[in-house]
Amino acid sequence: MSIEQELSGLRRDPPAGHDEAVMLGTGLADGFSTYESPIGAVVVTFNPAGVSSVDLATEGFAERFIERFGRRSIEAAAPRAWRGGIERALENGTPGKLPVDFRSVSGFQKSVLEQAAAIPRGEVRPYSWLATQVGKPGATRAVGTTMARNPVPLIVPCHRVVRADGRIGAYSLGGAQNKLALLAVEGADPERLEALAGRGVRFLGSGTTRIFCHPSCRHARRIGDSHLIEFRSTRDAQNAGFRPCSVCEPETS
Amino acid sequence: MEELASRLASDLDASFPDLVNAFRRDLYSGLRNLSGNDAEDLTQEAFIRAYRALAGYDGTRIRNLQLRGWIWTIALNLGRNHARSRARRPTVTLAHEPTHSDPEPADTEAWGRRIGALSPRQRRAVVLRHVVGLSYAEIAATTDSPEGTVKADVHRGLARLRTIIEEETR
Repeated sequence: MSIEQELSGLRRDPPAGHDEAVMLGTGLADGFSTYESPIGAVVVTFNPAGVSSVDLATEGFAERFIERFGRRSIEAAAPRAWRGGIERALENGTPGKLPVDFRSVSGFQKSVLEQAAAIPRGEVRPYSWLATQVGKPGATRAVGTTMARNPVPLIVPCHRVVRADGRIGAYSLGGAQNKLALLAVEGADPERLEALAGRGVRFLGSGTTRIFCHPSCRHARRIGDSHLIEFRSTRDAQNAGFRPCSVCEPETS
Repeated sequence: MEELASRLASDLDASFPDLVNAFRRDLYSGLRNLSGNDAEDLTQEAFIRAYRALAGYDGTRIRNLQLRGWIWTIALNLGRNHARSRARRPTVTLAHEPTHSDPEPADTEAWGRRIGALSPRQRRAVVLRHVVGLSYAEIAATTDSPEGTVKADVHRGLARLRTIIEEETR
């Protein structure tokens, strides 16, 4: 064999996994890994811009991802720097320092989701409150749509956003029973919140401090039974001489 | 290849996997004989940089690209910077460089040693011409040197390889 032939015989294909690594590196495909959560196994996808979606690890996940994001997904380990962050974000129900890829939503939706991410664990806020927080009071319906389209449920805790009347309401990730389960795990006592909403009670006040709160606010939960006063609206509370809690800002709901 | 360039110009994301398919074997085979054990990472990185570059070009510029030569310009730049940064690293780190877990055929190892004995310019010319299969014109454009020089480098490189093989059998 001539030297030229021997040299051309040195051609090799790159090792397995090469094309996938290129697709992930360019962002033409997202990587995905499976994690545990209180509502079962979930699939978390990521790309160079951040974590892009959270979905239940059920049949048809890959098809749902392509349908929604227009990209393929490839099973891969998350970037080393994000691995701990993903687990903590799922555990705490807030992104923390984990970068989230919000390119799939509008600018308005992004600001709503970022605001929702600040709702404390174990507490809930109504859609109407969230609308006021992002400077669009009255945009309650748009906030509801945003929650339904949240690309990263659990990490952006849309399970902590409830109907304006205080009822727990719908949930995008597997239905309302998952929302109740998540809130129960966080100690939010969803049965009690539903019961209050069912009686038309939207706020709770303390007879000693004369401050009123959202029922799930950590300050409302410290009020002793004998001092607890129920209100159906902010106006009722204010007419009774109560001022709004500065932590949960009930007057904006 | 011209057809691929125009498809990349009209829909980069949809056609990019075809670019990878067209050149994955070329790039990996060439880089393996030019940069050794890091060829896998360098091949991936070359494609990722190619994608980012294409994403910033307008359609006309992409349509007019000589893709094979262009992608090798990227790969050679990467290889050069990589060699430079490796040379700056302390030798202690080099001792822990990962090696291929699959044993290569003895023949491939022998060729790696022989090609490694060439001067960098001859090695580049010989590998691009005879392992990768670029034309002299493509190599000249990619390395920014006259075609005559490339031909001479390939010629001298092959002669040197012949001598090395003869010395081995003696």
